[in-house]
Amino acid sequence: MSPAAKLPRWAEFGLLPAVNLLAALLLSGAIIRLIGESPWAALRLMADGAFGSQEAIGYTLFYATSFIFTGLGVAVAYHAGLFNIGAEGQAYIGGLGTGLVCLALGHWPFWAVLPLAVLAGAAGGAAWAFLPAWLQARRGSHIVITTIMFNFIASALMTWLLVNVLIRPGQQSPESREFAPNAFMPGLHTLLGRIGIPFAATPLNLAFLLALAASVLVWLFVWRTRWGYALRVAGINPAAARYAGIRPERVTIGAMLLSGALAGSLGLNELMGSQHRILLDFPGGAGFVGIAVALMGRNHPVGILLASVLFGALVQGGSQLSFDMPHVNRDMVVVIQGLVILFCGALENVFRTPLAALLGRGKPEGSNR
Amino acid sequence: MALTPDPAAPALELRGIDKRFGAVHANHAVSLTVAPGTIHGLIGENGAGKSTLMNIVYGLHRADAGEIHVRGRRVELDSPQAAIAAGIGMVHQHFMLVENFTVLENVLLGAEGGARLAGGLARARAGLEQLARDYGLEVPLDTVVGELPVGLQQRVEILKALHRGAELLILDEPTAVLAPQEADQLFRMLARLRAQGKSVILVTHKLREVMAATDRVTVMRQGAVVAEVATAATSPRELAERMVGRAVLLSVEKGPAQPGATLLTVRDLAVRDRRGVARVKSASFTLRAGEIVGVAGVAGNGQSELLEAIAGLCTPTRGEISLGGRDLVREGLDARARRRLGLAHVPEDRLRMGVVASFSAEDNAILGYHDLAAYQQGGFLNRAAISAGCARKMSAYDVRPPEPRRRIAAFSGGNQQKLVLAREIESDPRVLLVGQPTRGVDIGAIEFIHRQLVALRDSGKAILLVSVELEEILGLADRILVMHDGEIMGEVARADATEERLGLMMAGVRTEAPA
Repeated sequence: MSPAAKLPRWAEFGLLPAVNLLAALLLSGAIIRLIGESPWAALRLMADGAFGSQEAIGYTLFYATSFIFTGLGVAVAYHAGLFNIGAEGQAYIGGLGTGLVCLALGHWPFWAVLPLAVLAGAAGGAAWAFLPAWLQARRGSHIVITTIMFNFIASALMTWLLVNVLIRPGQQSPESREFAPNAFMPGLHTLLGRIGIPFAATPLNLAFLLALAASVLVWLFVWRTRWGYALRVAGINPAAARYAGIRPERVTIGAMLLSGALAGSLGLNELMGSQHRILLDFPGGAGFVGIAVALMGRNHPVGILLASVLFGALVQGGSQLSFDMPHVNRDMVVVIQGLVILFCGALENVFRTPLAALLGRGKPEGSNR
Repeated sequence: MALTPDPAAPALELRGIDKRFGAVHANHAVSLTVAPGTIHGLIGENGAGKSTLMNIVYGLHRADAGEIHVRGRRVELDSPQAAIAAGIGMVHQHFMLVENFTVLENVLLGAEGGARLAGGLARARAGLEQLARDYGLEVPLDTVVGELPVGLQQRVEILKALHRGAELLILDEPTAVLAPQEADQLFRMLARLRAQGKSVILVTHKLREVMAATDRVTVMRQGAVVAEVATAATSPRELAERMVGRAVLLSVEKGPAQPGATLLTVRDLAVRDRRGVARVKSASFTLRAGEIVGVAGVAGNGQSELLEAIAGLCTPTRGEISLGGRDLVREGLDARARRRLGLAHVPEDRLRMGVVASFSAEDNAILGYHDLAAYQQGGFLNRAAISAGCARKMSAYDVRPPEPRRRIAAFSGGNQQKLVLAREIESDPRVLLVGQPTRGVDIGAIEFIHRQLVALRDSGKAILLVSVELEEILGLADRILVMHDGEIMGEVARADATEERLGLMMAGVRTEAPA
């Protein structure tokens, strides 16, 4: 078989994703046309809803924050050759850790709660990733299967906890009491206001900056430390890893712990930053979007950042669209998101060969790139 | 499937075949004529364009320009099916057989002839029995292929091609997996095919085989044909010079070994693979400073497992491996710990184990040594030190191009291997394990690698060399161990070793008690 066509870097990381995105939008436009709305108006509504105002941008970045955490988690596991489908469950249990710290220590000052909440979130996510990792490393149980199953276990466990244990006394809906205000993640508009920059009040909060910091740390870890080196070797070529004295089993467990810890940080944004309580299904699919984000972002923090903003924009712009266009409902927006995932993830190489041919033809014969 | 009545027309004629892959000019106006009823050798270094050319003939690639004529008739070969229809058969280096099918089922594969198997099977059986009679190609038709020795598997591949009506057989490096005697058998079989009017193209890099088996030879270098001669009118030296483009030393120059203290002792070692099959049954030997001990044997007779057990990549079921007085097995030391004790390892399968193909050269130059203090700085990898270290190795070992940031996969096999060798030798080991040091390496680099190994020996290190190339063992080793079916058949001093004697031992004939 001929290997995948080679593209220059700018085309690989810029042009190809752009073409994929364009294809998804074109098809979405065709569908919107079909149901009798104007695709152009829909696109403008979406773009406006996602980026048209400070408020829109705030919401877009708020959603993006959750995707960055889960996307980084999926990417770290991917570099170790593991496909972690369980970011959703790890985010759920990690959020439980964060939430419990906030419930228990809400009377402490914020700067004391924060580090504990971060640690508890990471620990919860890591713990939920540990068992599948251990089963993979020691028993050979496939991590894709076990992490999917652990999503369901997490879901069942959290339902039981919220219905029977954490529920606020005398209340019907399965959610915990509200955190004390000391355990609220400061909104970004508050922080910006403090240094004299006015910004609209949105759920966008300090967790966004933590997500950016996590991106830098992940980059440093994966590409600039010996552990990251070992992780990549084990992920690409386990035989070479054993030859180099790297134990693939250890890498599997270490990478999954880190992956789970990153996904488990979602609660910092969603719970501490916005909901201020533990409630049913708060990850809301961000763990799965994280897979798409990591795929589309080529498992690199910069790519993940960009892809997260795109998906944040799709969520935020999509809800604006379904609000303003009567024929376009929530499900229609999900279809559009699905098309983006389809073209940017599953079909990402469809345009590779034609693009390579197009770019190749433009060059003089025998030229050496 | 004799299509053309003209018996004098060439079995294959290529005219001006041209093929580019991007910037690489893989075939440059190649013309080649194979006379009917002859064995034609095609030789050249790795990357000379032999495989590309043969893939074009077999319909796997399409030429950018040029014509292909088969028995006087121009053909368009745009798929293997078209090539088969034109009477061309190919035996790949890696067999294309379904291991858990019988011989008969394998031959039938892709030529089932209808939805119901029974008719095709009966026809195939009759046809194969006829072929076996005509060419002396006996194979047990109802045996599962996976249970056959490699030589017979190869015969199945040849039968498969003939069954489909091949008049021209292409064999790609057919002897890589064979013992010398098996190779001789293969060549006798090819001679019989030739006598029946079939033609053969033998793609190889072994000059000895070209001299022994072919009628004419075509030499390729850098995508072009540089010589076509009658085999009788040339010599191995001349062919080697044509291939490389300069004079080469075919043998290694080295003085007598001066063995010192015993560094590595292996006693009663046994290794089973993951399925529980005994790969090494009982191996005992010693390795001393300042000598090269060669392990000869046909591929798959336990040498690989022996090497991996010593390197710490698999756990032996029994026995002792001691290095400088420490028992590596009982202490349970892994590959990393053994490396720290001075045991370096150039693995047999470079691309599977020795390098990470998608990494840069500099990242590969620290594989196994990535946690050395020299490469760390404040908890992070010291990229500058890694780059500089790689650049130093590249210049000392003549790795071309000397670009540490370049992806390792973009280097030729020889240059990859030189970098792996540099990495292991520069770690200043006491014992170096080397598996197939020149597999997939061009002649120019082979010479360099051999000289490095001899120089390492002369500096007082011990080298254990595993190779399926008998010439390499004979050229480098001071003592030779021969393995067959997981056992060491015996030890022969270099001075007493002949190809015949080793060949017999490789085939399982014990000529003397193990030392």
